[in-house]
Amino acid sequence: MAEMNGAQALVESLRKQKADVIFGIPGGALIPVYDVLYESDIRHILMRHEQCAAHAADGYARASGRVGVCMATSGPGATNLVTGITNAYMDSSPIIAFTGQVDTYSANTSYMIGRDAFQEADIIGITTPITKCNFLVRSAEEIPRTVKSAFYIASSGRPGPVVVDVPRNTQTESADMDFSDNIEFRGYRPNYEPHPLQVERAVRLLLNAERPIIVAGGGVILSGASGELLALAELLLAPVATTLMGKGCIPENHPLSLGMLGMHGTIASNSLVPEADVLLAVGMRFSDRTTGDVNEFCPDGKIIHVDIDSSEIGKNIRPDVPIVAGAKRTLQAIHDRLVESFKKKERSLWLSRIQEMKKQQEEMVKSERGLKPPRLLAELRKILPEEAIMTTEVGQNQMWAALYLKAYKPRTFITSGGLGTMGFGFPAAIGAKVACPDVPVVDVAGDGSFIMTEQDLASSVIGKIPVTVMVLNNSVLGMVAQWQRLFYGRRYSGVDLGGIPDFVKLAEAFGAQGVRVGSLEEFVKAMKMAIKSDVTTVIDVPISSEDNVFPMVPPGGAINKIIKG
Amino acid sequence: MRKREKMYTISAIVEHKPGVLYSVSNMFRRRDFNIESISVGAAEQKDLARMIITINGDERTVEQVVKQMNKLIDVVKVSILDPESTVARELALVKVNTLEARVRSDVINYTEIFKGHVVDVAHDSLIVEITGDSEKINAFIDLMRSFGVKEIARTGITALSRGMRSVRME
Repeated sequence: MAEMNGAQALVESLRKQKADVIFGIPGGALIPVYDVLYESDIRHILMRHEQCAAHAADGYARASGRVGVCMATSGPGATNLVTGITNAYMDSSPIIAFTGQVDTYSANTSYMIGRDAFQEADIIGITTPITKCNFLVRSAEEIPRTVKSAFYIASSGRPGPVVVDVPRNTQTESADMDFSDNIEFRGYRPNYEPHPLQVERAVRLLLNAERPIIVAGGGVILSGASGELLALAELLLAPVATTLMGKGCIPENHPLSLGMLGMHGTIASNSLVPEADVLLAVGMRFSDRTTGDVNEFCPDGKIIHVDIDSSEIGKNIRPDVPIVAGAKRTLQAIHDRLVESFKKKERSLWLSRIQEMKKQQEEMVKSERGLKPPRLLAELRKILPEEAIMTTEVGQNQMWAALYLKAYKPRTFITSGGLGTMGFGFPAAIGAKVACPDVPVVDVAGDGSFIMTEQDLASSVIGKIPVTVMVLNNSVLGMVAQWQRLFYGRRYSGVDLGGIPDFVKLAEAFGAQGVRVGSLEEFVKAMKMAIKSDVTTVIDVPISSEDNVFPMVPPGGAINKIIKG
Repeated sequence: MRKREKMYTISAIVEHKPGVLYSVSNMFRRRDFNIESISVGAAEQKDLARMIITINGDERTVEQVVKQMNKLIDVVKVSILDPESTVARELALVKVNTLEARVRSDVINYTEIFKGHVVDVAHDSLIVEITGDSEKINAFIDLMRSFGVKEIARTGITALSRGMRSVRME
């Protein structure tokens, strides 16, 4: 027990949770906390928009596997976090957002919760549907326990964002603080261990499978189950398709890796999943972008669905074998049971079909000439070391990266999957670089996305957090334009970005480096320079506004009805 | 194209603290599940409340509702109550116009038949308290409409499993 004020208790609680960095912006209702941070060893990174603070915390969490922390003042500061919090919620990323709030009690009764005080917003009400949990601190002595709870909930089970709303008076009031409190939740006990009977049922299906396939999602990365996944895939000789969020859970140069599945899935993944007789889906949620028409997704296959969140099981697709448990323990348990009785079968037909489909995909890249994104991204991969972190924005840039920029390790491909937030990639890159300062971090961007959060060039330059932004600049909102080209008779409505800004000048205005490239050779040279530079670099890569991302499945269609271009 | 819909009664034990009703009801709205009735009150254990929620839906929807409720941190336990072994009751207060003496005695007679109570008497109206399952209350209210119902307040259904079966914290 120790006597201190709430702000001191909050910072002390963060230290006890080993939080070493906060992405934030101060404001009136948060000044007491910032006063403590003034002399704290916790690094504070001043962002230039609260949305970026949340995305940076998210990028930090995804790159490191630890909880990311962001902070914003009451009212507009808090509401600006909302997109970032929703993004973390949709992609199960563990972040904690601390928000300032007006007083719960005050001698000046016009500055109190519920009185519409200056910069008051009901952030608890606003974030209830987009957080795993949220807390309104009601008195200073609640702070140690609340922060501990927030970290536990954010990082356990299916991870997710937690909001802690801290009224200003609870920051300034003193109390005898107890940091040793045990926390327990009667209504929250995540289960990691699979039920042995369900494992047995899954094993029996897999033993007899002729055409097994594994679909791995973000849950495999979150639970650190890449090793277990690979061991099982190699034992079964089962190919692995991943969701967008699962990218990197198996090295994409592995012979059994099929690449991404779904609307912009690879030819291999999209052709083979509907042909499987047993589909093991692990740590994924059958989102519409992954399944296309659910009835055609894997029509003749038995489906085993492993997820730690029971509400995902049966939500979109009814599995034959549901397993509510962690990916890591479940893959391990299935593997261990299979090893006992499994004899490697000759699946030469299935395996040769896999190789044939993968070849088709690779030929699509070879035929490219000039400054075409698939080729550029293949070159980028050659330049980057295996452990380099790649983030993306949303739209064409993202799908090109998902298809043509291979990930070899988990936590090296960071993208906004569920919410599809344009502007995510750049602040996420900043967060990832803070988490992993020794590896190059590259944001694959489009001009439409980058302009949404480009102001945080300031935080990357001033904060000495060098990242590389590769702008695939086609002067349009490319994915919408692609849909308009393919499905709306080329009626390009509201997508022309007018060819501004000049990204080289923009970068320079912020004290970053800007480079425009006109050929593949120039691109390679600029990228090699950028990833070694100690200042953030923006590489402007002009591409055609007519380029489409292929392969593609029209929305709502069966995933094997692929448009190849 | 609604599948076989019927009324389900869900019993949930939740943390008895501010914001929990909001997070539950907000989840229903967010997931496009429609609450027919909801009643909340303190449960047998300190700091816990019991929520009884009735919803109209097919089996799969209701299963999903239960899973989504379970996912909420402040929801401790959720069950679908089996109508065969559940006592379900609702309370209604019905204010009836009774300007004429004959009407007044009719209302009192019906109240006795329905095992209700007259809980307030004014010059021109009575308030009747009636409990039972929803069908019984609907039947009583229909009868009263012929006299002129001024106001109705209903609690929504509350329910418990019979005998040894319980939805509670161990």
